[in-house]
Amino acid sequence: MRTVKSLGLHAVLLVLAVVTMAPLVWMFAASFMASGEASTFPPPFFPAHPTLKQYVELFTRLNITHYVVNSALLSLSVTALSLLVNSMAGFAFAKYRFAGRDKLFKLLMASMVIPAQVTMLPLFLMLNKMGLVNTYFGVIIPGLASIFGIFLIRQYALSIPDSLIEAARMDGAGDFRIYWSVILPLCKPILITLAIFTFMGTWNDFLWPLIIMTDDAMYTLPVALAGLAGEHVQDTELMMAGAVMTVLPVLLVFLALQKYYISGIMAGSVKE
Amino acid sequence: MTDRKTYPLVIFLGPAMAAIGLFFFIPVLAALVLSFTDFDIYALGNFSVARFVGLRNYVQIFNDPLFWKALKNTLYFLLAGGPLSIAVSLGAALLLNAKLVRWKPLFRFVYFAPVVTTLVAVAVVWRFIYHPRFGLLNYALGLLGINPIDWLGDPNWAMPAMILLAVWKNFGYNMIIFIAGLQNIPAELYEAASIDGAGFWQRFRSVTLPLLAPTTVFITIITMIGYFQFFAEPYVMTQGGPLNSTLSIVLLMYQQGFRWWSMGYAAAIAFVLFLFILLGSAAQTWLQRRRAG
Repeated sequence: MRTVKSLGLHAVLLVLAVVTMAPLVWMFAASFMASGEASTFPPPFFPAHPTLKQYVELFTRLNITHYVVNSALLSLSVTALSLLVNSMAGFAFAKYRFAGRDKLFKLLMASMVIPAQVTMLPLFLMLNKMGLVNTYFGVIIPGLASIFGIFLIRQYALSIPDSLIEAARMDGAGDFRIYWSVILPLCKPILITLAIFTFMGTWNDFLWPLIIMTDDAMYTLPVALAGLAGEHVQDTELMMAGAVMTVLPVLLVFLALQKYYISGIMAGSVKE
Repeated sequence: MTDRKTYPLVIFLGPAMAAIGLFFFIPVLAALVLSFTDFDIYALGNFSVARFVGLRNYVQIFNDPLFWKALKNTLYFLLAGGPLSIAVSLGAALLLNAKLVRWKPLFRFVYFAPVVTTLVAVAVVWRFIYHPRFGLLNYALGLLGINPIDWLGDPNWAMPAMILLAVWKNFGYNMIIFIAGLQNIPAELYEAASIDGAGFWQRFRSVTLPLLAPTTVFITIITMIGYFQFFAEPYVMTQGGPLNSTLSIVLLMYQQGFRWWSMGYAAAIAFVLFLFILLGSAAQTWLQRRRAG
């Protein structure tokens, strides 16, 4: 009875796993097919003669290097800057007492329900006036601080005992020193979590870069891919190679650091 | 800790509050103002050309058949896709939480992988999976004896196609939260129920579901907020077609605001979206309180 039940469970899990992985495995497989190979019947799942031709074409004729560089630079700089800004604010909310602190924090929490799309039209007009449309700054600026990031850091920093901070103060450490040498090292796990969230969020973001980057040379990978997919409807294999280039970095980051990512989702879900 | 000086606060809190104030709160207020103006392409060069028009944009939304179409599609996506995705998440969480299951981390990784992928990229992939002649989906259905479906070309099938992609992409996220919720349910409760002779369904209904209720409300709210913002799938796969059958509220806002530069009208659409999200979240929280109280 137990083994029958176990077999049944694993069979269901396996079917679900196959269905979940099939689109991604096919994406990788088709990216190594010769042009036109995917558009035959019955549709082949694996390439008959694996080739790198599609990737060569992406990097030569379609000049995808631009977009990879844009995406990488933007994701890394948003991650670094927002980590600094959010961790300082999270620390202040957790460990300083000041008038209106709890009200301000509640206001921030409540405003998380406002969808980002509401801000996009005025933000575009604002950045347009400042001459920041079509620049890296245009993408970085709205990502500088995140309410969710401040929340994550604050929750984590609350568990750091005040006595540690007092001890550092006794030893003559100033406020910034305490933040940098006491708080940040202790917050390492949550900082890694937030770094992954921010990196992936920026890398995968679509609507805002689509709005703010109007010149082809400034496109991020998702924006470029959406444009290319509209022009190259027939070039299945080429587009699969483009999809692989877009998805692979985030999948690898997740593979390497999934422990932190998963714990971050759980930390984010236990608010209130 | 201390309340002696203000300068550390300025340094620590200043950058974040300045960024959030300037690039979030001010734009929200500006959007509200914008939604009462006729801001268009002419105003883009010279703001002073825009005039206040009161509630005209909101009246126009109410009379715009495209908006009603977009609202209907978005609600379809939300009300069919949301519950389906939550059900799959809960099912997967229950399966993965079973004691007999081996290789849990591997299964968890596989189910979660689509969550981290780039939506635009997987939408491009699924566009080919949905290809009526050479797509894998129709091929697999053909093996089961089902006739080919023109997934993205048939107005009746385009929305189900969007929903299928969204469920595939998202179920792993809520699954993780459900697993955390399930692990918080004390094992003694199940043992007690078993001793009382409760079967699997009875235990599920009288122990699992009630104790999972707070998790479920949280998941319902975040799923609803996410599904309301449905945009990249139709942008990449159908551009809102065929016959506007996949036009979403955010896609309509994007087209009005950034393709036709009717920014006053687009701002009003954004606020209507916000209102729906607010009402939805409030309704969920209220239902939960009433049940608990």
